[in-house]
Amino acid sequence: MAEITFLEAIREGILEEMERDPSVFCLGEDIGKFGGAFKVTEGLQARFGEGRVIDTPISEAAIVGAASGAAHYGMRPVCEMQFIDFISCGYDILTNYAATARYRAFLPCPIVVRGPSGGYVRGGPFHSQNPEAAFLHTPGLKIAYPATAEDAKGLIKAAIRDDDPVLFFEHKYLYRRIKGVMPDGDHVVPLGKARVAREGKDLSIITYAATVYKALEAAEQLEREDGVSVEVIDLRSLLPMDDEAIVATVKKTNRVLVLHEDTVTGGIAGEITARINELCFEWLDAPVRRVAAHDVPLPYAPPLEDFVLPQTSDVVRACRWLAAY
Amino acid sequence: MAVPSPTPPAGTAGLTPEQLLDLYRWMRLTRTLEERLVALYRQTKVVGGLFRSLGQEGCAVGSAYALQRTDVLSPLIRNLGSMLVKGATPLEVLRQYMAKGDSPTRGRELNIHFGDVTDRHFVGQISHLGDMVPVMAGVTLTFKMRGEARVGLVYVGDGATSTGAFHEGINFAAVQRCPLVVVVENNGYAYSTPTTRQTAAERMVDKALGYGIPGVRADGNDVLAVYEATQAAVDRARAGGGTQLLEFMTYRRKGHAEHDNQSYVPEGEIERWAAENDPIDRYTHRLLHDFGVTSDALAAIDADVAAEVDAATDLAEQSPPCDGPDALVGVYADPPVMPALWYREGTRTAVETHERPASWGTHDG
Repeated sequence: MAEITFLEAIREGILEEMERDPSVFCLGEDIGKFGGAFKVTEGLQARFGEGRVIDTPISEAAIVGAASGAAHYGMRPVCEMQFIDFISCGYDILTNYAATARYRAFLPCPIVVRGPSGGYVRGGPFHSQNPEAAFLHTPGLKIAYPATAEDAKGLIKAAIRDDDPVLFFEHKYLYRRIKGVMPDGDHVVPLGKARVAREGKDLSIITYAATVYKALEAAEQLEREDGVSVEVIDLRSLLPMDDEAIVATVKKTNRVLVLHEDTVTGGIAGEITARINELCFEWLDAPVRRVAAHDVPLPYAPPLEDFVLPQTSDVVRACRWLAAY
Repeated sequence: MAVPSPTPPAGTAGLTPEQLLDLYRWMRLTRTLEERLVALYRQTKVVGGLFRSLGQEGCAVGSAYALQRTDVLSPLIRNLGSMLVKGATPLEVLRQYMAKGDSPTRGRELNIHFGDVTDRHFVGQISHLGDMVPVMAGVTLTFKMRGEARVGLVYVGDGATSTGAFHEGINFAAVQRCPLVVVVENNGYAYSTPTTRQTAAERMVDKALGYGIPGVRADGNDVLAVYEATQAAVDRARAGGGTQLLEFMTYRRKGHAEHDNQSYVPEGEIERWAAENDPIDRYTHRLLHDFGVTSDALAAIDADVAAEVDAATDLAEQSPPCDGPDALVGVYADPPVMPALWYREGTRTAVETHERPASWGTHDG
């Protein structure tokens, strides 16, 4: 089997679900003939027609709202945010309407809202965001944020099949840099299950999305230069979060760094730290530390963006601090 | 086989004598049920706020009456009448207002925020005004995609026309030619804000032009005019004519909710509407004078409606309260129940394991 990119893996997942289930359809801005700003949906309209790959006005609230209404009546819409930054324009309807639909009115609302996220691409403040923490706080939503091409395909398929609204983050730095060979058959990765990206015994890095690769680079450097064995946990899903995997790695290595690309204050690392504190405090040999973005809007210029975002060298430094504690 | 009805008299919007009385019955039921809710509210049996549609019953009933069973209605807070027409029952409404365990939302939501998308087809609203417009665009987009001859109807107030969701939703529906009827119930006030402070547009219906869709304005307190305008819009939408905008001119005689003293309303305005332009009074007059209905026939309907509301009230009062831990059920399909937090679980477990009612708090060992 040939390798395909992270982006192609997402497209393959959507395509397979559209073939499998006629209730699956796509809607979003410029996703039809043009194939989307990043070409995730390229070729889908030619294959499935304008009725199932719908170009919408620039109306994120209408996209998410219409998807919800369609989902109440048996459809499984897949919404594209041209950049996930624009989900803020659909925030109300996603959090107040879609996320509460099942609970408050027993309304089925199986929608997927997906889109390119993340920095390290010189995109500036409005094309680089990681707004996942804003949605972690919303009961009724699920959140997936894959790091590998295999997981990107398996999780988008799981998201489409899930009976509740799923927010699916696609890190644009990974779109064409990361490749993988897709497993045979109907490859579905369950939501809510983390993955051990690298086995280790001295300390753990808990992370997700593009920073999985920063963690892996740091782990190799630490192994090579310090003889420290680092375990890397790729959460893959943020809501629900895999507490078992978090506790397992804490019990194994007793030292934890939580790493993410989103800003540090109010970021998901704080939540993970609290869970470790509540679930396995006695197993810690050092305080849980965080490496994340500085608390500023993400700037455009390379020296500025590089300064704000967590780099491999930051991860190495933090791990050395933890190992020496 | 149904007995064919005689040709209806002129001005009845094509409705049979039975249907004409039906309209009266739904309006009377709406008002009677709301009056009962006021009594229960004053007895503190209504847990939250109470929202009235006094003076707007013609608008709600006449528009919903134009829909078929499988058409989908998206009501607002002043559309109790629309929901009753679509099949919601007084018992459901009473249980809902009283936060009962067997209410349609099992205590999760308030007042008439509930729905049924499997049988009677009305969608549970949320409080964020305008949001139901894009949702109903999606419902009706689905009908278009599947080639089903079904129509959606969504209500907004004059206030909701100022929201982004209204604009995005109606524009999306219009460009997709969704079979959706958007009804603006212009009742003069959004909470305390008069329509003149809501928009510089003289007529809401003129907004239709901007969306490239037909727009029709009608007298919202003339139930037959409302029915006729809605029926025509529903027919156009069902025939492939795309999205339609209707504006019904009406008047909100009560405050935003029962607590609102309406201090912002000019003196005499409410009284004038009540005396001169009440939708039930106006329709009663037509039934008696134009359509040959007897006052006895209407009195019989009134008595019937009162008995129905009485019976529903008795049942609702006997309904059980909600069970606290049920709050954790149904956020997701999977997992079906959210875990109780550790301290709550611990408390329950401790109580269940150690509670000894006879000697609670004592250690007589």
